[in-house]
Amino acid sequence: MDPARPGLDGVPDPGAPSGADLAALLNRSARGDRDAFARLYDATAARVHGLVLRVVRDPAQAEEVTQETYLEVWRTASRYDADRGSALSWLLTIGHRKAVDRVRSAEAASRRETTYHQRNQAVEHDVTADAAHASLEAKRVRTALADLTEIQREAVELAYLGGYTHTEVAALLDLPVGTAKTRIRDGLIRLRDAIGVGR
Amino acid sequence: MTDHTQHSDGGDQVSADLHGLSGAYAVDALDEVERARFERHLADCAECRAEVAELQETAALLATDEVAPPPALRDAVLAGIETVRPLPPATGGDAPTDHRRARRRWRSGRTLLVAAAVVLIALAVGTAWLRPWAEDGGDTIATPSTTERVLEADDATRVRQDFPDGSSATVVLSRNEGHAVIVTEDMANAPAGRVYQLWLETPEGSMLSAGLMPDDPDTTLLLEGDAAEATAVGITVEPDGGSKEPTTDPIALFPLEA
Repeated sequence: MDPARPGLDGVPDPGAPSGADLAALLNRSARGDRDAFARLYDATAARVHGLVLRVVRDPAQAEEVTQETYLEVWRTASRYDADRGSALSWLLTIGHRKAVDRVRSAEAASRRETTYHQRNQAVEHDVTADAAHASLEAKRVRTALADLTEIQREAVELAYLGGYTHTEVAALLDLPVGTAKTRIRDGLIRLRDAIGVGR
Repeated sequence: MTDHTQHSDGGDQVSADLHGLSGAYAVDALDEVERARFERHLADCAECRAEVAELQETAALLATDEVAPPPALRDAVLAGIETVRPLPPATGGDAPTDHRRARRRWRSGRTLLVAAAVVLIALAVGTAWLRPWAEDGGDTIATPSTTERVLEADDATRVRQDFPDGSSATVVLSRNEGHAVIVTEDMANAPAGRVYQLWLETPEGSMLSAGLMPDDPDTTLLLEGDAAEATAVGITVEPDGGSKEPTTDPIALFPLEA
């Protein structure tokens, strides 16, 4: 990709960088290469923001979280280790952690003083979000998800996309406390094996 | 919140329970205390590290929504990085290679961090020693001498947390001295307009402010207040100037053994 023509506000074009390209851009970012970082942003921002928005729901807060995520990515790029996973998953992991932390701290705050703000602004995203792409990968994931038991799938999705703790997931699914974490793990492992992540 | 003295029971049962948290950890479904416990476990369990990495990779596949953030966000990010210095690599600069190398690198990274913490402590002690006049200079709680006494106390215990971004923090507690010290390494600055605030948890479960942390990635700081009976040290993100009581869940919690 040409840094002078950043990919349409982050919408990946057909010639989007491969995983190895992203890792290379991350490595160059670690050395302070701002152009590489801008290209990394352009290639990944829609995915990262899509996930953050899915978890956080509130668009304004989601934007803050996405911004924090990329500043963190820039700061810690040198700590990315290609042996431990793809660059995209590393970015999404950072974004997810920040999104979940945001949701939980907002909840803690609203237990003390009601933040009507966040309640009123919630949701809305389902309208916009679903430029959810029909890529091969997404199809593969959907097929693999069909292999999970209903409970496993729901537990994994509530935890990852809903941002709930395993204790909350247990309550939502009427599972005994302490069993949701097992469902989540079993579900992820089955998904991993179906998709062939790992080595 | 779960019982945070649980981890000190030790034993295989606890360890087996911890293994089972890998999936929930990978999707950030642990509460703060469990997360802290699991991260301590992770530091010593290569098997769990590998599993977590794979499960994170797997979970990321579920992130299929694509929503382009507004163009202004790109500008803000690119402007923002101008003021943020990228961290140096955790270890020497060998290129990523095979697995065994990576593991070794990871391990030596830890060693380096520990070494760095030791150096920090030595510096703190050394500074106090070089500046004897600071020693009796009134009893503002933050005199180096108290810090030094805590760090060197016979009963000093250390609770360390490593964070996924490569940073770490260690709380050193001396019940005899009645004080705790926190030593951070590579800690990110608090977000603009916010500050990291330290808390001591009392046996009754309330949180007492133990002071604000400076925006300094590597800091050694004496916690304000009496830590003789504290059951945990927490760090929260608060609005500038700090809060009377925590307004957010802790970003880190260090359970202290009785």
